[in-house]
Amino acid sequence: MTLARPMALLAELTHRCPLRCPYCSNPMNLTRKHDELPGVAWRRLLDEAVDLGVLHVHFSGGEPAARADLEELVAHAADIGLYTNLITSGIGLGESRVARLGSAGLDHVQLSFQDAELRNADRIAGLEGCFVRKLRVAERFRQLGVALTVNVVVHRQNLAHLEDIIELALNLGADRLEVAHAQYHGWALENRAALMPNADQLASAVDIVAMARVRLKGKMEIDHVVPDYHAERPKPCMGGWGRRFIAVTPAGKVLPCHAAESLPGLQFETIGHRPLADIWRNSDAFQRFRGTAWMRTPCRGCANRKVDWGGCRCQAFALTGNANNADPVCSLSPYNAEIRARADCESKAPPPAFRYRREVFMARKPD
Amino acid sequence: MTWRVAETSRPRLPHHVKLRFDSVRERWVLLVPERVLLPNGSAADILRRCDGETSVAAIADQLAGAYSVPSSDIRSEVKELLQGLADKGFIEP
Repeated sequence: MTLARPMALLAELTHRCPLRCPYCSNPMNLTRKHDELPGVAWRRLLDEAVDLGVLHVHFSGGEPAARADLEELVAHAADIGLYTNLITSGIGLGESRVARLGSAGLDHVQLSFQDAELRNADRIAGLEGCFVRKLRVAERFRQLGVALTVNVVVHRQNLAHLEDIIELALNLGADRLEVAHAQYHGWALENRAALMPNADQLASAVDIVAMARVRLKGKMEIDHVVPDYHAERPKPCMGGWGRRFIAVTPAGKVLPCHAAESLPGLQFETIGHRPLADIWRNSDAFQRFRGTAWMRTPCRGCANRKVDWGGCRCQAFALTGNANNADPVCSLSPYNAEIRARADCESKAPPPAFRYRREVFMARKPD
Repeated sequence: MTWRVAETSRPRLPHHVKLRFDSVRERWVLLVPERVLLPNGSAADILRRCDGETSVAAIADQLAGAYSVPSSDIRSEVKELLQGLADKGFIEP
């Protein structure tokens, strides 16, 4: 069997971010500004990615606009034929920067909102005034004709506003809305009890999305993936380990998934030390959970093993203590009953206070 | 409301939908937000002609010539493929 080529590269340009969302997908251990890769290294990486077959690049963070060279990187990616996507909170994107991103050839922007209700949105983001600023940023991108996806991470503290969230995206002129349930890793796992929806909230969300999809067909697409803990089978995390996806951290570590650093005993290569193609094909980290040879029961021999690829390795490790186990959100996992019961119990109790993401010092030099 | 593809429509790809020949995989790919669609040979032949000037009828005529089949045989197939893409917002009138 020939090795698949990667389709997408997630470029986490920085961990700096003005928001402090309690479900942030960045690792608990954040990279400081002075450890970030320089632009020239990112440009070389993008060249290598294209040669390897990458088609989409997602510029993300942290807040990618915290990097002054964001426009240059987007321009370079567009020049070499990549489809460019900017994943942003919108904070830091004034009129002139948005215009520069447009001229750089940005294809698509994914703008986050924390809720449709101003006060709750600002409270979840941990930054007063951010909701209104985001509205302006959406308008700027629309005027420029850049395709817009509104992304809203949903959980027990905003799901009751789902209908308003759909209206908000529609009023902003979004082409797509992503209703993304929090993924319980890192910060979100710390805040799971404050975020986990109960079964009734979830069922109502599924109905609301189904009705809106019919009503808005051809006008706005809605992506909605049922959250892990309520599903029968796990998701094929990253489309399978080392099959489609590469993530690169602000410090230049090359990962099969953006959360992979949470796994113990894996050595990650840093760009510049070894060609990207070699890292993709041969490195220990990419080989470790590629394919099905690493699997144990119940994944080994399961009819779905090449559909879900055993689910998420990071979740398996975080919840069972062993990254080789089946993702415990799978109903076939021996850990499933206990984990479901715990999540169910958390979702019914009053939500505890958020534990906000730590701030990263924005511009401190090393001592 | 989605638009109905007619034989007189002159479809084109919106700014955020890119049809590219992928020289690594040696095939046409349609790049859209968060996804890559892999059009087969005839679908790529149709998409390459969606320039906002050529009508659906003319696209069918051109393909009929290229494949040496009667145009009437493929008009409905062309319309059906384009309607599917229009419903997803991947082509514009």
